Amino acid sequence: MSQQASRYFVPQPSHWPIIGSLALALMGAGAVMWVNKVAAGPYSVAAGFCVLVYMLFGWFGTVIRESEGGKYSKLVDGSFRWGMSWFIFSEVMFFAAFFGALFYTRTLSVPDLASADNLGLLYPHFSDMWPSAGPGFKDKFTPMAAWGIPAINTLLLLSSGATLTWAHWGLLKNKRAQLTIGLILTILLGVTFIYLQATEYAEAYSHLNLKLTTGVYGSTFFMLTGFHGFHVTLGATMLTVILFRVMSGHFKPDHHFAFEAVAWYWHFVDVVWLLLFVLVYWL
Amino acid sequence: MEAVHDHHAADHDHHQPSGLMRWITTTNHKDIGTMYLWFSFIMFMVGGAMSMVIRAELFEPGLQFISPERYNQMITLHALIMVFGAIMPAFVGFANWMIPLQIGAPDMAFARMNNWSFWILPVAGSMLVGSLLAPGGAAGTGWTLYPPLSVQSGMGMDMAIFGIHLLGMSSIMGSINIITTILNLRAPGMTLMKMPLFSWTWLITAYLLIAVMPVLAGAVTMLLTDRHFGTSFFSAAGGGDPVLFQHIFWFFGHPEVYIIALPAFGVISEVIPAFSRKPIFGYASMVYAIASIAIISFFVWAHHMYVTGIPLTGQLYFMYATMLIAVPTGVKVFNWVATMWRGSLSFETPMLFALGFLFLFTLGGFSGLVLAITAVDVQLQDTYYVVAHFHYVMVAGALFSAYAGAYYWLPKWTGHMYNETLGKWHFWLSLIFFNMTFFVQHFLGLAGMPRRIPDYALQFADFNRISSLGAFGFGLSQLLFLYIVIKTIKGGKKAEANAWGDAPGLEWTVPSPAPHHTFEVPPVIK
Repeated sequence: MSQQASRYFVPQPSHWPIIGSLALALMGAGAVMWVNKVAAGPYSVAAGFCVLVYMLFGWFGTVIRESEGGKYSKLVDGSFRWGMSWFIFSEVMFFAAFFGALFYTRTLSVPDLASADNLGLLYPHFSDMWPSAGPGFKDKFTPMAAWGIPAINTLLLLSSGATLTWAHWGLLKNKRAQLTIGLILTILLGVTFIYLQATEYAEAYSHLNLKLTTGVYGSTFFMLTGFHGFHVTLGATMLTVILFRVMSGHFKPDHHFAFEAVAWYWHFVDVVWLLLFVLVYWL
Repeated sequence: MEAVHDHHAADHDHHQPSGLMRWITTTNHKDIGTMYLWFSFIMFMVGGAMSMVIRAELFEPGLQFISPERYNQMITLHALIMVFGAIMPAFVGFANWMIPLQIGAPDMAFARMNNWSFWILPVAGSMLVGSLLAPGGAAGTGWTLYPPLSVQSGMGMDMAIFGIHLLGMSSIMGSINIITTILNLRAPGMTLMKMPLFSWTWLITAYLLIAVMPVLAGAVTMLLTDRHFGTSFFSAAGGGDPVLFQHIFWFFGHPEVYIIALPAFGVISEVIPAFSRKPIFGYASMVYAIASIAIISFFVWAHHMYVTGIPLTGQLYFMYATMLIAVPTGVKVFNWVATMWRGSLSFETPMLFALGFLFLFTLGGFSGLVLAITAVDVQLQDTYYVVAHFHYVMVAGALFSAYAGAYYWLPKWTGHMYNETLGKWHFWLSLIFFNMTFFVQHFLGLAGMPRRIPDYALQFADFNRISSLGAFGFGLSQLLFLYIVIKTIKGGKKAEANAWGDAPGLEWTVPSPAPHHTFEVPPVIK
């Protein structure tokens, strides 16, 4: 334990949390209205989102000022490390629910629907194969091939993991140019990934007849890759914030947990992608 | 306006907001714990009022007061509000108040996020309660939200889904805070194996919460997209399966049972040694039992699904795995009994509630073992036997333990002793009316009365009448607790630092009431 900061930093009362709750109230009520086609819904969600962004700027701004002001001892740093680790664990479990659904449909529900128990009763012409959009889906669709855009995207994300580590080495050795260039490369790779993913979705909708409504294959494909894409977007946004902080001279070789937290998050998103590539696209 | 002033830690009481703003902006674990406890009690009253409606409707056969649709909404909201709004926030309130005091920490690790975890709850609670006013009413699926019914319901279901999302966010942030506080902010010398058992149970509970709340979020997200965006997770026509929802839900739902039960065990493990004037028997085995229960709880979920057509081997596996939980739970029960063996016992209200817990929770555990047997469960699935079983665990287990904890720590929170006579009245009335309400439901279930139905056959009338009268009595008795708490806050005998004379634990070394800030410089534990 650090000797010079014997008191753990406990912040003053803050109005940011209640503003965050206001944002969530607007977004939650708005989302309920929106999905039920009440006209005020989208406006309420938009207003809530603006309040949320305002809160995030204010709250994280305060944290950054406190951090740069030297208020955070090694012990506070340790709290951030535990906190971020457990947050990532919660994200892992969120994805686990959707991977579980994919596993269940592939190994249980689709084979069951085609099994002797059901044959000739409900769906006489349905056969057990994957990808499947289920016995009720009458159209034809083409599943997404693994070795086109998805393979390129795998390369992009793996490279971005490497450039980010290279940037971290720069930070540790106090080579600020390497740090900045590494971060910019990582962000560019991430943005390219998102762009390609969007292209892939457009292709699926316009040419492959593969949509969110394409039975259970469409459901699992778009929900898994969609939530992943959302997380890449979040990660790229956080990396951009870190880049701006680097350019304002923040972070020292021995005090830069914000950078590491975002890097952990980025690697987590990377690992989820590898699972997606193997289990959703490839096998 | 900038409410965050950068002052040195020493003078940080000078610019505190007062009045309502104190509570809205607070970063103090004691203030936030107090808010959790009051919120929990308010929701307990709301959920309790709903149970009164349910029992009034069941007072006699036929439809008397509410339509079957409203009845379904009542049972759904009663369960969601009691689980997520009353019991869980109550124990989070205890955690906020007591963990920093028990481990010698200055506050929770993330004090601002702690405030946010709390202030999400009123938003989520309003959404759940407000859904009664939605077109078509609230969700009427039961708290388990099974499709296809939940996919077909109206706007109230969406309010439940987003309400659950908010509750999940609050729980995850709260748990990250608790787990980080325990792992990182223990006072020097407070090794994990010296830590009080209440803190231990919360360490494991927080881990369970972080593991399963996101899974519930995933489940209700799939419900949402099946409802509004045309996905087929739970639709056989699209290749999905309604039973998939049950698997995901119970993968959350079974650990959730221990999320509620483990902190209750923690409180009991504090109260019984204090009133036996002996250290807890088998401390290390208690810790290992908590951890084993938590780990096994991930692998038993399909015992809620014996009649869904899962394969025989699956049924057998889930039956044996479920029974395995009785081993570590038995270790705990025997350890509590052994703690009292040759102790210098006294029977103040916290100890009475702890003893009530010990008898009745064990009964609830036994009926759980009965239900774990597949062949028996096929008969008892969705009968009042199940209702009786989980109310023994939730009410006589979790709620009695929360009362034990509340009476035990009230002197520390308020600086006053509560009225012992009234406390004892509260206990005995609760105990008698609880059994009157729920014991007879075992017989109803064995005789075949189905749950979640507002009407019943004539032969069930007598037991239902007893149960309803018991429920009204139980409901009224809980108002006595409110009166006792308000009376204790306003005055009463001054409490010593160690209100119980020689209760163990760091929390009893600070004055009563506990000052606003404690352990700013960590104590050293030998």
